[in-house]
Amino acid sequence: MNTSPDPSLIEIRNLARTFGGGRSLFGTKKPELTAVRGVSLDLEKGETLGVVGESGCGKSTLARMLVGLDTPSRGTIRLSGENLTDGGTRALARRVQYVFQDPVSSLNPRQTIRDILEAPMRHLLGLGSRERKERLERLIEDVNLRPEFLERYPHEFSGGQAQRIGIARALAAEPAVVVLDEPVSALDVSVQAQVLNLLDRLKRERGLTYVFISHDLAVVESVATRVAVMYFGEIVETAPAREMFRAPLHPYTKLLIDSAPVPNRKRAASAGDSGELPDPYDPPPGCPFAPRCPRADEDCRAAMPRLEAKDRGKEHLAACCHPTPRRA
Amino acid sequence: MTSAATTSDTKAQTTARERRERPSTFALILNNRLAAAGLVVLGLIVVTALAAPILPLADPNATDPASRLAPLFSENHLLGTDALGRDMLSRLVWGTRVSLVVGFSASLIAALFGSAIGLTAGYAGGRTDQILMRLIDLMMAFPYILLALAIVAILGPGLVNALYAIAIVNVPFFARNIRGITVGLARREFVDAARLSGKGPLRILWSDILPNVLPTIVITLSTTVGWMILETAGLSFLGLGAQPPQADLGSMLGDGRKVMFTAPTISLVPGLMIFLIVMSINLIGDGIRDALDPRLRSGASARPSFRTRVAKGRETPAGDTGRQPGKASGSVHPPLPAGISPTRGEIDRTETSAAADLPPCGGDARQGRGGSSRSDKDDQSVHPTLAVRGLETQFHIGQSVYRASNGVDLTIRPGECLGLVGESGSGKSVTAMSIMGLVPSPPGVIAGGRIGFKGEDLTDASNARIRQLRGGAVSHVFQDPLATLHPLFSVGDQIVEAIRAHQSLSTREADAKARDLLDLVRVPNAAQRMKALPHELSGGLRQRVSIAMALANDPELIIADEPTTALDVTVQAEVLRLLDGLRRDRNTAVLFITHDFGVVSEIADRVAVMYAGRIVETGPTAEILTRPAHPYTRMLIDCVPVMGEPGRRLDAVPGRPPAVNRLPAGCAFADRCPRVESDCRRGEIPLEEKRGNLEARCLHPLEAGEALSGDVRTAATTSDGTPRHGRSA
Amino acid sequence: MTATIARRLLAAIPVLFGLSVIVFLMIALIPGDPATAILGSYATPENVARLNASLGLDKSLPQQYLAWISGVLTGDFGRSYALNRPVIDIVMERFSATLLLAGASLLLATVFGLLAGIVSAVRQFGFADKAITLAVLIGISVPSFWLGLLLILFFAVRIKLFPASGMVAIYGGGGPLDILHHLVLPAITLALVATGVIARLTRTAMLEVLRQDYIRTARAKGLSERRVIFRHAFMAALVSVIPVIGIQAGFVLGGAVYVETVFQWPGIGAMLVNAISQRDILLVQGGVLVVAASYVLFNLLADVCQTLLDPRLK
Repeated sequence: MNTSPDPSLIEIRNLARTFGGGRSLFGTKKPELTAVRGVSLDLEKGETLGVVGESGCGKSTLARMLVGLDTPSRGTIRLSGENLTDGGTRALARRVQYVFQDPVSSLNPRQTIRDILEAPMRHLLGLGSRERKERLERLIEDVNLRPEFLERYPHEFSGGQAQRIGIARALAAEPAVVVLDEPVSALDVSVQAQVLNLLDRLKRERGLTYVFISHDLAVVESVATRVAVMYFGEIVETAPAREMFRAPLHPYTKLLIDSAPVPNRKRAASAGDSGELPDPYDPPPGCPFAPRCPRADEDCRAAMPRLEAKDRGKEHLAACCHPTPRRA
Repeated sequence: MTSAATTSDTKAQTTARERRERPSTFALILNNRLAAAGLVVLGLIVVTALAAPILPLADPNATDPASRLAPLFSENHLLGTDALGRDMLSRLVWGTRVSLVVGFSASLIAALFGSAIGLTAGYAGGRTDQILMRLIDLMMAFPYILLALAIVAILGPGLVNALYAIAIVNVPFFARNIRGITVGLARREFVDAARLSGKGPLRILWSDILPNVLPTIVITLSTTVGWMILETAGLSFLGLGAQPPQADLGSMLGDGRKVMFTAPTISLVPGLMIFLIVMSINLIGDGIRDALDPRLRSGASARPSFRTRVAKGRETPAGDTGRQPGKASGSVHPPLPAGISPTRGEIDRTETSAAADLPPCGGDARQGRGGSSRSDKDDQSVHPTLAVRGLETQFHIGQSVYRASNGVDLTIRPGECLGLVGESGSGKSVTAMSIMGLVPSPPGVIAGGRIGFKGEDLTDASNARIRQLRGGAVSHVFQDPLATLHPLFSVGDQIVEAIRAHQSLSTREADAKARDLLDLVRVPNAAQRMKALPHELSGGLRQRVSIAMALANDPELIIADEPTTALDVTVQAEVLRLLDGLRRDRNTAVLFITHDFGVVSEIADRVAVMYAGRIVETGPTAEILTRPAHPYTRMLIDCVPVMGEPGRRLDAVPGRPPAVNRLPAGCAFADRCPRVESDCRRGEIPLEEKRGNLEARCLHPLEAGEALSGDVRTAATTSDGTPRHGRSA
Repeated sequence: MTATIARRLLAAIPVLFGLSVIVFLMIALIPGDPATAILGSYATPENVARLNASLGLDKSLPQQYLAWISGVLTGDFGRSYALNRPVIDIVMERFSATLLLAGASLLLATVFGLLAGIVSAVRQFGFADKAITLAVLIGISVPSFWLGLLLILFFAVRIKLFPASGMVAIYGGGGPLDILHHLVLPAITLALVATGVIARLTRTAMLEVLRQDYIRTARAKGLSERRVIFRHAFMAALVSVIPVIGIQAGFVLGGAVYVETVFQWPGIGAMLVNAISQRDILLVQGGVLVVAASYVLFNLLADVCQTLLDPRLK
């Protein structure tokens, strides 16, 4: 998949995460749930990779593995060619940081903003107190907050402000990559744009690379340069953002795009989709979307198709036996 | 926007504000009269006990057989003497001293070890947690005092051994409580954030978890100290604690029991002292718990009553509530004046607009609405299903009055769907929940206005009438179906219950009807799914069940409060389609609350936009979405990315909405508005027709198709300190 | 359902095992020479030899445990040297009296605790709520051994309504009515704390449940307030109250020690106190084991009830 001679900034190979499993005290098998089943992805410097999918598709688990908050059951994560899969949080945190969905609960209620923002500088960068002070003031202004906010506690901030503090905390470690896990979905719509615009500016100023995880297709479309669609723990399609939204290959991607509510667009009559996912404890052998798919046939139910290029160039991949034709 | 609770909007704001104005914990404890009383009593007792050596007391152990069993208030012996002639007052003070020391020591030991175990188990998790907690469970498998007895049996009777026994027995309480809190905290995102900041486990435990656990330790301690004093006294009473000549309150009581019938005071006085100590500690403990528990602090534990309180002597606006002339209702109140009034005109206008906007589908709906044509204006037979006028719903919390719904007018005709749009805190949910009196009260109060349902003013209706309408003619669909369906009853039972609350059907008939309803909302395998519990169904199916329940008694109005917000997009699309089809087939009026303009455009015929408790703009959906008159509507639409327009500039709305307990004079949006002028802040601004079918509460509305001027907006945004950036992807 | 109950039963086995180990270790943990400690003044050389042989004190601890537990499982708890009778006989005789007292108390506590809790929650901040809250506070603060004395002084000595002590009248007693008559005062004394705790937690649980969204749904369906409170709210609250009742069973069984002492009720609690004073360790061991095991079984029952009520716990 990786054809360029230079390694990508991040190379993910066959990453999987299984919860539960093993055997109980009496030797009976405990149920096993696979949240992410073999994801491979490359992240190029400077891009914003949007990861979309509905609840339970494994996008958050993927995000947590990328920053070391969760340990993969299988597979590898390489950063600039260096294997960091088993390094744990510390090894990754220096280079890859994370912005949480719920800005308020990601800030310790009993610490001042200064304590919270200083921690990465002290523990990851090992900076002295003078240098921290200088950097802090620059950082807080960078996210459009006033320096006197540093002495306040998280409960004194609105959701939008708290999320900007969360972003500042992620940037305090001066990472190369920031994983944003639904960074605006807990915010009121009028505040979302503030945060999105801020993220956009910081990316340009600091040459950051983003992994932007969201269930909101409109938001992803507006921020991402490339998009990966996840379904039931797997990436079913990946393509440059414009291409993906203009002409999706995978029927699931198409369903997602058609389902998103758009102002002033009336929808065609119901296709009768149940929206039911397969049982995660008893996954089907074939394509997990087959039961909902209008294009499915025997091939789809027999085995999971590989994620591969179809007829849209090498950038546009889909895991589908019967991709949607261009004019659909 | 995210929370499902009825008052989510207001509550979020309230708590945020209250946190800002948080009174000190100590002040809160003192405010609690009982706790303060406990503090005084305990303070007196402790001071006396501490001062025992310097008080002019007799030697507590000096026997005097000559004056044995002296009664109360006898000379030299205020509380009399015991069987050996020892002074009771002196013994009481010294005994209290011993009891307090032993009780507090035991508590501190238990708190220290229990908390340490709890923190370790909770944060380490995995095997450490399992082994520690199994041991704790094992200790708790013994009846409480029995374990203390067993420990004393091993160590032998004695005060110090009793202290150890009581401390050990209480370790599990602390360990369990603290572990529970720690496990919850360890999963919190701020602990993940601390890990990402490069902190090691011990540092996280010390600087991130412990400060958050401390209040729980204090609560547990303050609620168990009294109990531990009681138990050590109990062991002494049994003769297993303090050994003569040393005496604590328990052993004094035990000694006194032997002469109980001849000199009851000897045993009653130390018992009374134990009771006073334990009672005052428990009062203080409850005070501390109430002060430290954030949920109790915000008054969230108040029980919502059957129906929102309607203030007496409230102001009601003139104007009709859509009463059908000639059809007298059972109401005892005189009919509301109908006919020529501003409201009258409004109804006509909105009807025209609804007719103009409606897509030509759903023949049924058209017919049901009597063709929705202009000729109907003269025909008095079509009246709004819902006509809310000047609704004021407030939350009275402490001294503050939060005007969540501040003079709201809403009109919905049969078969029509009105989308009520707003951000969190705008009061949209409160407005909708006020209709059937489902705003929790306390603290909610309907302070003014009328709620006209087919001509009947619901604010005046009896509780019985409200009950009859709820789930009958007016039904609800709420946001999160997992929280809104009863977790212990099967979905079939819950639908049957809804049916039988309004129709006298046999169980079997109701059962069959429930199955039909599930079929109607396209739940596969309806017969089987009847037995399913809510948690066994997916989110989409659960919401279908809620819709089936709402349809059970052929309602004329469905109030849907963000019914698809908790659902995934593909499921949301399905549920919206279903709801839209059903309401058209059945000609049902729908009040649809959402924050999403995309959703609104799919289902609503007309839209009302709410801001800070008021409707700021209302009109046909397409008109509002493309050519709004109010700058707020325009900005709200512009700040959201839209599918298919990735290059679009997103403009944040600067600033924050005003708190609804401190609304400014004039337009509440003025501080955030790029078109603001001095007259905006001067006084009430009416909701008036601006152009076409749009009504807006604005003095400087936008012309059709006019965009907000970029320059003005830049100025406005930088005042917030948030520069905007052109976003070209 | 049977499978669920079976699973809970299986889960109780390790607990019972752990319990037996702790009780067994009581002997090993006694400071000094166990045989002398146990026998005390009865320590004739024959007795010491007999005891050492029966306890197997010369063997390793696991072997000792095996010998002890196989004895226990066949009903051999050893011998009380103070009373010179087999421990099992004394314990069983006493245990039935305790079971009667504790059972009656728990029943009273459950019925009145639930009722008071519901009333208190439904009338939140009203007069009834305030009165109940205060009563509960007094109830959980009053020492039961003192309350027992007060009740005896008033009801037995002053107005002579109930007997002051014992389980049966000395002359012509023993009938069910006679026992009931003796039971009233101790049962009330013992029930008081548990009633307070159950009432308090029922109130909290009811208030918590009444704030839930599904209660709003029930009201939105047009159900009567009675049905909302007793079916929708109470059933949900009961799920969290049942384990509390289970725990209260432990407090009642333990608290019986005081009440039995005060009222001279011939139960296992009073027996334990005497046995501890006389260092009759084998009797203590047997008594503790039986009471603790019955407590575990009761909690198992509470657990099963809770699962029946809340199928999510499966």
